[in-house]
Amino acid sequence: MTSIIKFLTNTRGKNSLHWTDWLSYGYLMIGLFTMFAPVVWLVASSFKSESSISRFPPTFFPYTQKTVQVIGHEKPLPLFNVAQPGEPPKEMAQIRRIGIMATMVDPAKPTETLQININQRKPVDEIKAATENYTDIFKKFTFGKYLWNSVFITVIATLLTLLINSMAAFALSKYKFTGQKAVFLLIIATLMIPPTIILVPLFLVINSVGLLNNLWGVILPAIATPTGVFLLRQYMLTIPDEMLEAARMDHASEWRIYWKIVLPLAAPALAVLAIFSVMWRWNDFLLPLIVLSKSEFFTLQLALNSFQGELNTQWHYLLAMTVITLIPITLVFAFLQKYITSGIASAGVK
Amino acid sequence: MATLTLNAVSKSFDKTQVIRGVDLAVAHGEFVVFVGPSGCGKSTLLRIVAGLETPTSGEVRIDDTIVNQVGAADRGCAMVFQSYALYPHMSVYANMAFGLENIDIPKAEIAQKVNEAAKLLKLDALLQRKPTQLSGGQRQRVAIGRAIVRDPKIFLFDEPLSNLDAELRVSMRSELRELHARLGATMIYVTHDQVEAMTLADRIVVLKDGKIEQVGTPKALYESPCNAFVAGFIGSPRMNFLATAWVQKNAPVLLENCAAGSSLGIRPEHLQLAREDEGFAATIASVEYLGGSNLLHATLDDGTRIEALLDGATPLARGACIHLRFDPMKSHHFDATGVRV
Repeated sequence: MTSIIKFLTNTRGKNSLHWTDWLSYGYLMIGLFTMFAPVVWLVASSFKSESSISRFPPTFFPYTQKTVQVIGHEKPLPLFNVAQPGEPPKEMAQIRRIGIMATMVDPAKPTETLQININQRKPVDEIKAATENYTDIFKKFTFGKYLWNSVFITVIATLLTLLINSMAAFALSKYKFTGQKAVFLLIIATLMIPPTIILVPLFLVINSVGLLNNLWGVILPAIATPTGVFLLRQYMLTIPDEMLEAARMDHASEWRIYWKIVLPLAAPALAVLAIFSVMWRWNDFLLPLIVLSKSEFFTLQLALNSFQGELNTQWHYLLAMTVITLIPITLVFAFLQKYITSGIASAGVK
Repeated sequence: MATLTLNAVSKSFDKTQVIRGVDLAVAHGEFVVFVGPSGCGKSTLLRIVAGLETPTSGEVRIDDTIVNQVGAADRGCAMVFQSYALYPHMSVYANMAFGLENIDIPKAEIAQKVNEAAKLLKLDALLQRKPTQLSGGQRQRVAIGRAIVRDPKIFLFDEPLSNLDAELRVSMRSELRELHARLGATMIYVTHDQVEAMTLADRIVVLKDGKIEQVGTPKALYESPCNAFVAGFIGSPRMNFLATAWVQKNAPVLLENCAAGSSLGIRPEHLQLAREDEGFAATIASVEYLGGSNLLHATLDDGTRIEALLDGATPLARGACIHLRFDPMKSHHFDATGVRV
């Protein structure tokens, strides 16, 4: 912890701040603000009630109007600060409002009502996190179903991506066969074709194998990625051949060499690909959109989209959903990032 | 019993021929060293024996069975690589146990074998460490341990000491020698260092350009090299080659066959200081003081440079003219093609 603080407060100037310190910290602050502020705003807004989101001017914290239970009224009434000329300001509850006149009542004397001009009163605010935004989306909508669909697609597709791409990369990096270069180039060349171009043929194929409205219809087309093969192949090239030969002399089958030697040594590259794959699958919109048309198969991204109605958008729910959608990606980054930098293959061979 | 026979083994990579028809028989329990300059094909030959390369033609026999079609795993050889090739993500124990796990040996037996080998190689305290936490010599021993636990028919070593510092190399050399005596196994060892070859080998195989130049005991190679290449390669410092025509003119030695281009090989340690009226004259170019001896670099009047290993007590000065003599019985006569006469 102290080392983190020490690192974060590093300066070039020894006693006072050097001008480069001002420059770099200023630059970093701008970067932090432009990148982090929208996320913070999103999270803060997701805790606002429906009325608090639409209020003007917008506030950062989730303010809501205080309410009070008054005898003789079923529902809690909104509280206002009323300032009448010649009288000290006091808190009163509003029963109803017609035009610019509001019927108000003092919660202490529920029988006396007053007619007050709306300019003479101000709402009494309090900070209150609308956690019901989060609980409601699980209760009112089939949000749990969408979440499960997204998690299923992401986890299964990522595992299969890692398996299939690493097998291809192993073959392309460690075996010599005729056409090896051609196969590799062919795989890399597919990077030049934008996914949108193959969208229609892809749809036709998925349709003809009967995978429309099936989660596997989203998983299977996505598991073989040229980027993943390239990334893993380049990393596996750095694993010394002698190690595989040693394993071969140790009676290891080719599968065992792949499983026990190559895969563990390629862990840093696998972690990078896992991060990519989780991001791709979790954030994927276009492919699920064409494959999954029934709402019970919707992923989170599709659900978010369908939540934005043509006439009416329930922003408070949408924002809460967006925050939940962001969490897994954040966690993946937090836990896997250390693997990105560490390489262990070079260690055993001098 | 584990014998190895190579019959007319050759190997080409595309159009380059690396091994040109090698015949060799290795007896059981023998320590054979392949030695030669870099690029002579000694490592390739070892890999052919191991089964990591397939010969283009010829046959490899282990115990009278032709193993050309047998994979590396099933030949019963174990190899120690130059880079050690330890599995960096596994502990020392797991590294040594890996080969046994692959052939489904019960866990208790694996543990016993690994512990025995670890004790033999003084690795017992390091079994739970990762290879990165070991020194070069320790890694080397783990690599050897990995070979020992499998009880191989033939041990193959591919320049295993070249990554160690000089001191460690000397001590590992004697450890290897002891290990061979204790295990009594057939061992084949590749090196470019002729000192290693001389000290370790029962028999040395000198290779050049993919062909065997000579096979013999270190003593035989040193005392009667079959050609100028072997004579120059074995022995340190290198043998001096003097043109026989020059020798006849300047030194009173009787040579039978003095055809043009033939040469006389004299080892530096067989040259001695002489009185002015005997031997031949040379001018000292430089002197390396080695403690017990002086290594003298000198120039003859025809410009040939020679080296002589002289007693360390002899005072020698740069530029001085000295006389050297040699024992004709210890010199070697080679014809114009380099073949011993």
